[in-house]
Amino acid sequence: MEQRLVELQQEALEGIKKATDLKEINDIRVSYLGKKGPITEVLKGMGKLSAEERPKMGALANEVRDVIAKAIEEKQAVMEEEEVAKKLASETIDVTLPGRPVKTGNHHPLTRIIEEIEDLFIGMGYTIAEGPEVESDYYNFEALNLPKGHPARDMQDSFYITEEILLRTHTSPMQARTMEKKEGKGPIRIICPGKVYRRDNDDATHSHQFMQIEGLVVGENIQMSDLKGTLDVFAKKMFGEDREIRLRPSFFPFTEPSVEMDISCKICNGKGCSVCKGTGWIEILGAGMVHPNVLEMAGYDSKKYTGFAFGMGPERIAMLKYGVDDIRHYYTNDVRFLKQFSIHE
Amino acid sequence: MFVSYKWLQEYVDLSGITAPELADKITKSGIEVEGVEILNEGMKGLVVGHVLEREQHPNADKLNKCLVDVGEGEPVQIICGAPNVDKGQHVIVAKVGAVLPGNFKIKKAKLRGEESNGMICSLQELGVESKLVAKEFSEGIFVFPNEVTVGDDALELLSRDDQILELGLTPNRADCLSMLGVAYEVAAILGKEVKLPKPEVSAINESASDYISVTVDAPEDNPLYVAKVIKNVKVGPSPLWMQTRLMAAGVRPHNNVVDITNYILMEYGQPLHAFDYDRLGSKEIVVRRAQQGETITTLDDAKRTLTTEHLVITNGKEPVALAGVMGGANSEVETGTTTVLLESAYFVGAPIRKASKDHGLRSEASARYEKGVDPNRVRAAAERAAELLALYANGEVLEGSVEADALKVEPAVVSITLDKINGVLGTEISMDEVQNIFARLQFVTKVEGNEITVTVPTRRGDITIEEDLVEEVGRIYGYDYIPKTLPKGASTPGKLSDYQKKRRIVRRYLESAGLFQAVTYSLTNETKATQFALDKREPVKLAMPMSEDRSVLRLSILPQLLEVVKYNSARQNDSIALYETGAVFLSTEQDKLPEEKEHLAAAITGLWQQHPWQGEKKAVDYYVLKGVLEGLLARLGLTGRVEFRQATVDGMHPGRTANLHLDNEKIGFVGQIHPNVQKELDLKETYVFELSLKALLEAEIAPLQYESIPRYPSITRDIALVVNKEVVAGQLSDIITKAGGNLLREVSVFDLYEGDRLEEGKKSIAFSLRYFDPEKTLTDEEVTKAHEKVLDAVKEQAGAVLRG
Repeated sequence: MEQRLVELQQEALEGIKKATDLKEINDIRVSYLGKKGPITEVLKGMGKLSAEERPKMGALANEVRDVIAKAIEEKQAVMEEEEVAKKLASETIDVTLPGRPVKTGNHHPLTRIIEEIEDLFIGMGYTIAEGPEVESDYYNFEALNLPKGHPARDMQDSFYITEEILLRTHTSPMQARTMEKKEGKGPIRIICPGKVYRRDNDDATHSHQFMQIEGLVVGENIQMSDLKGTLDVFAKKMFGEDREIRLRPSFFPFTEPSVEMDISCKICNGKGCSVCKGTGWIEILGAGMVHPNVLEMAGYDSKKYTGFAFGMGPERIAMLKYGVDDIRHYYTNDVRFLKQFSIHE
Repeated sequence: MFVSYKWLQEYVDLSGITAPELADKITKSGIEVEGVEILNEGMKGLVVGHVLEREQHPNADKLNKCLVDVGEGEPVQIICGAPNVDKGQHVIVAKVGAVLPGNFKIKKAKLRGEESNGMICSLQELGVESKLVAKEFSEGIFVFPNEVTVGDDALELLSRDDQILELGLTPNRADCLSMLGVAYEVAAILGKEVKLPKPEVSAINESASDYISVTVDAPEDNPLYVAKVIKNVKVGPSPLWMQTRLMAAGVRPHNNVVDITNYILMEYGQPLHAFDYDRLGSKEIVVRRAQQGETITTLDDAKRTLTTEHLVITNGKEPVALAGVMGGANSEVETGTTTVLLESAYFVGAPIRKASKDHGLRSEASARYEKGVDPNRVRAAAERAAELLALYANGEVLEGSVEADALKVEPAVVSITLDKINGVLGTEISMDEVQNIFARLQFVTKVEGNEITVTVPTRRGDITIEEDLVEEVGRIYGYDYIPKTLPKGASTPGKLSDYQKKRRIVRRYLESAGLFQAVTYSLTNETKATQFALDKREPVKLAMPMSEDRSVLRLSILPQLLEVVKYNSARQNDSIALYETGAVFLSTEQDKLPEEKEHLAAAITGLWQQHPWQGEKKAVDYYVLKGVLEGLLARLGLTGRVEFRQATVDGMHPGRTANLHLDNEKIGFVGQIHPNVQKELDLKETYVFELSLKALLEAEIAPLQYESIPRYPSITRDIALVVNKEVVAGQLSDIITKAGGNLLREVSVFDLYEGDRLEEGKKSIAFSLRYFDPEKTLTDEEVTKAHEKVLDAVKEQAGAVLRG
């Protein structure tokens, strides 16, 4: 009997080993371990054994049963794993085929520049002031120290609607409007972005409509060194930490002293190249200390308050930053152009 | 202003400083030098030649065969095509081996069988602009006017070994519209002296006042008029050095008299005018405002009709010059002129500006008067001109000048404290340094304690207030030495307004939904201006547009956006999705600013989605764009407050357009462009919307409040309703929502059927209704009760029958 059990175990294990699919394994289980299986058969003959041998034989039978069951289980696990692997292998896809495109658009490059500048200055305590694109002669010129007949009005030939109303030629009217609103009291820090208009024929470098961003800071003891420091922060943020700035004297009727800011040319690093026309510097913006007449006209006491203002063209900044070579691209809106500004460095 | 580096050295010592170095210093301390031009760049081998013989080329009508002495070896044969070449002339010869601009190398050549050993040159061939070449040489070669030595360097004789600094002058620096002004500036920068010309005139024993009287009837326009008389003048070419300096300054040489007045204009910045005394027609000069309708024929032979806003110089009867702008043809200096009446005057800017603008005449003179000349140079300039007329035009200067003088010249006196200077600049400059800076500028100063009082020379009319002095100190001190600081003191919170924040959200949302932002022009033509306008008012018109296409302000964005769609479609971009935000302009009362409203517009065409290898393609349609819009409304918390009502809008498809109503107020529309318009604009099926962004962003919404996550299950009931075709889904869902009461939380359409299985004129719309009670698990009875109310309502109000 004992031998029969050992043989059965041997037989079953061999069967398990040879089995190639789950069905065969299942058959083996049923045939060996089932109620009508050979082990049960063997155990039926236990009655013939002595009382001493009976438990011994019982234990052996159980052991054989366990060994077989365990072998089945192990084999089954292996097979299931293989089965899964086979199924997964059959599910293989070409991972290099293109994905389902997610349709997205993006900011116009000018909006991108403007928002970047807005955010930089918001971080420094500025708010964003917006105003009308059609302005009165007063806010566009007179309040900015450009009385009628002033020669500097020539610098920006304008689109008039009536004698007193015109398309604003710069965003500077917001300086006067903002100061007036404050009624001569308290500090001001604003950034004014917006569209402006001048009588220019559209070509690669001119546009009758373009954008401008203006900044204005008014307070007690605002100094030109503050302007320089602020512009330095701006230039480094927009054009890179390794850029240097320089201020050059210039003239604007609404600031005194007036300056123009250049940054060191990033192409040649200040050595001089064709981009900077050999000077090593690239002109970025105009700025200056707010003219006392402008402060006074808007109700600020120029003895107590000083301020600085700066103004720049997002078109030009985008041209310098991204190498755009024709201002008309901004207003033609060729999708092949617009698309290029989806990347964020 | 073009400044000759060589000429400038007459007034300031520039030893040890090159033209580019000087340019850099000038730029850094005040005036932008826009370029430095090297006149003889890339040229060599040009000498003075003497034409010994000239004869007709045997084989060519238009060519000359010349024998030219070039100062070395045997005379050479040169073939020359210039009509004005002749025997005896001293000319510019480019020898064999010479190089002309553009790397043009002169080689030995054979022209129609005749040998040519070099080239006789025109000034244009040396790189001189045609408009600067004296008329007599403009069609041919240049001929030296005076004695020159054969074989000498022609470029040097013509001062082409010079460099020209091009100054980009701002309107305040009119003082640098003269060589003397530039000399003062350069001297201040370099810390050097200015050497002024000292005119020496020996007058003859006749008095100018016997020849002319001067009366100024408009002293407020013309505070000072100085006249001098020069006799026995011989009109001819001016000396070469003067001609080359004028060309360097951008002025074309004419004859000695005109050249001298122009030379003084460039040297002193004081415009002068020379009249032919004998053609003046009287012995008096009367300066007055023109009479309305009076005419004058100016030097350019144009007859000009004047108004009382123009100032004229008259002979007592009729105008002989448009003051400060241009002389009259009737008294012009000609070849035969012998007596010259020289005018040096101080005119006020306004009438000159007016005349120059009205007649489209901008002369070197008017440009200077408009910006203001130095009143203290009027007499000096006249003396200097008289000196030069004596020297170079054989003139005899009459004793004295005749003047009308109502001028009060008071130099500006401005005081400022050292604290103010340093306070504005953010520097720590000492009083000594400040004094030194003003000394370099040749401003007279007086220091009392902390205060410095500056007397500003009249040549610097731009300096009138403290801040102007701060600028002078700052720029000469050097802005490079100003420290970098950040504003101190009271600060302000930096933030976007709610409106600005929401506008950014709108942009980002639309871009995430697949639309590109466009920016188009506000100016358009009259037809487009009102197309698709939400508020069709008369467009705001420019008084003087540059073109018809940019003559009025837009009332809607769509026409421009459709242009962009068209532009892109024509360039193989078939699937386009764009949006724009921007102002439209609504006229109000005359003489009031128009109302500006921010609009949002979008246009889509072509495929909305595609994934070709999986066979997916979805073309744009009304519901695509409506979906985008609904998503936007949801983002702005306006779901449920905006209604889409079937509508007729000009230019839009009558069956596929809806007006948008926010809280019952119309704010825009969405739909398909009318097929006729599509065809007109060459567009494919295009869907658009335009609405008032202002209305969307300014609509007040309840603050965001958390709502607890449902703890109880909801119950969904689906119903299919058969209704007449005219009944719209929105109407049904409104009825359902109202009838469903509190428990009905969501109503959505999940099917639409129109077809054979229904009666003619009917359609079936299926809704899914979700009932839910946040307080407890709903019972079937409660839902049934609510649901029956819904069914009753749709039956009663829309004739809807449950589809069996």
